[in-house]
Amino acid sequence: MTMYGVPSHWRRYKERYRLSGTRCETCGNIYFPPRKVCPHCRREGKPVSMNFSGKGKVYTFSVIRVPSEGFEAYAPYVIGLIQLEEGPKVTTQIVDCSPEEVYIDMPVEVCFRKLREQGKEGIICYGFKFKPTTDAILKK
Amino acid sequence: MSNDLGTLKKSDVAIVGVGITPFGEHWDKGLRELVIEAGFAAASEAGVRGRDIDLMLVGNMSGGMFAGQEHVAALVADFLGLNPTPAVRVEAACASGGVALRQGYLAIASGLNNLVLVGGVEKMTDVGGGWATSVLSGAMDFEWEAYFGATFPGIYSMIARRYMHEYGLTRDQLAKVAVKNHYHGSFNPFAHYRNRITVDDVINSSPVADPLRLLDCSPISDGAACVLLTSAENAKKYTDTPIIIKACEQASGTLTLFDRRDICTIDATIDAANKAYLNSHISPRDVDLLEVHDCFTIAEILALEDLGFCEKGQAGKMYDEGQTYVGATLPVNTDGGLKAAGHPVGATGVKQIVELVKQLRGEAEKGRQVSGAEIGLAQNVGGSGATAVVTILERGD
Ligand SMILES: [Zn+2]
Repeated sequence: MTMYGVPSHWRRYKERYRLSGTRCETCGNIYFPPRKVCPHCRREGKPVSMNFSGKGKVYTFSVIRVPSEGFEAYAPYVIGLIQLEEGPKVTTQIVDCSPEEVYIDMPVEVCFRKLREQGKEGIICYGFKFKPTTDAILKK
Repeated sequence: MSNDLGTLKKSDVAIVGVGITPFGEHWDKGLRELVIEAGFAAASEAGVRGRDIDLMLVGNMSGGMFAGQEHVAALVADFLGLNPTPAVRVEAACASGGVALRQGYLAIASGLNNLVLVGGVEKMTDVGGGWATSVLSGAMDFEWEAYFGATFPGIYSMIARRYMHEYGLTRDQLAKVAVKNHYHGSFNPFAHYRNRITVDDVINSSPVADPLRLLDCSPISDGAACVLLTSAENAKKYTDTPIIIKACEQASGTLTLFDRRDICTIDATIDAANKAYLNSHISPRDVDLLEVHDCFTIAEILALEDLGFCEKGQAGKMYDEGQTYVGATLPVNTDGGLKAAGHPVGATGVKQIVELVKQLRGEAEKGRQVSGAEIGLAQNVGGSGATAVVTILERGD
């Protein structure tokens, strides 16, 4: 992955560190990632920033064995869509468990992790990942 | 959303020439040589002089990232000897070729141009596999999917897993998509892979992104394809067997998979197909063969459902019954599809049209010619479904 400069990471850090999105005060729709325009209401929309609870469940997942550049050290790793309890879904890594332990509808919660390093002198990217809740693997 | 060209449409659009390079690893050819080869094949088939072409369109996803070359439309126009003809690059990830075709269709239909050369090209094998995976992941939302480690096969694998969960699609049924496409590809001299494979080969191939394996995935290929468009009334000047574009429609969906209404459906395909059926007065039951965007095996399953050829959740059964082979009820991807014929991303949407034209003219090789084919449909998808183009062709003689 190309080494894009500091501003490209910096301008998104709040959203990636805190898992925040947008709620439209006009229609009540909730969006992830944050949007400046509510696609439902467009100019009548009133999008305001909101933080998600960080709780959700696995909607679907895959085990990445052939990663993109920059993620080699993590492979194989689990990537999933998490359905947040507020409604929207997010793409994220599912960590703190083995790929064999992950299942659809597994309850998960957000955690804050290193996403990747861009070489020895490059930026270290951080952001959210998800992990099973304490009783999630037992439930299986 | 307007439904058709309405009063702006001055004429029907015909395809009067097609050309294609073999797909595969072309160490000896760069991007420009690939387009020249396909472009000359199309022009000489139609007996067209370069000076008669008044617009060139080039579908290309990422000349810059794959080959270090931007400004590719002007480059290929120059090396085809077409200057000063305007040349425009069209980009919509894996749907670049299909969208380029549609822009050419609009240019002729509106009466603004007389003879348009539509090309598609990708030169992918000059870079390593890790880099190619990264470049392709740019077809998704870079900041919210790729940034977190999602790859393109990973995105389609998540569709496959959810689809299997909801509809009971089996691993064997999915493998049969690739088996059929390799079988068709074995008759296609231009295919990247001409070997036949078995269900066991697919499910024992190396895992890429579970549940998808290597033989579920289309390969990284070099290649180019070109078609020549003119108005239906002018078509007979160039060919005895013009193929008419009855519809060429496009729709957009969300770039991210996670924002879809339903990840087991590509709404952009449904929207484009509905417009195409409406405008052409052709329905799925009239269609003799399909070229669909099988970048991964699961994508072909979704395509048959989203295009209206079976009920949601039922496509897997068509593979148990062998319905999608040449000679059966609904031949799909008679050239081997993206899986076996190869997937030079910018070329694919144009290649699908080249294949349908060959089929409708009755010029496909023995073993994969659909006998008596009159109407063909192509579906070209960008990313995980943010762009879809549906084109319906019919014999015009
Ligand atoms: Zn709203």
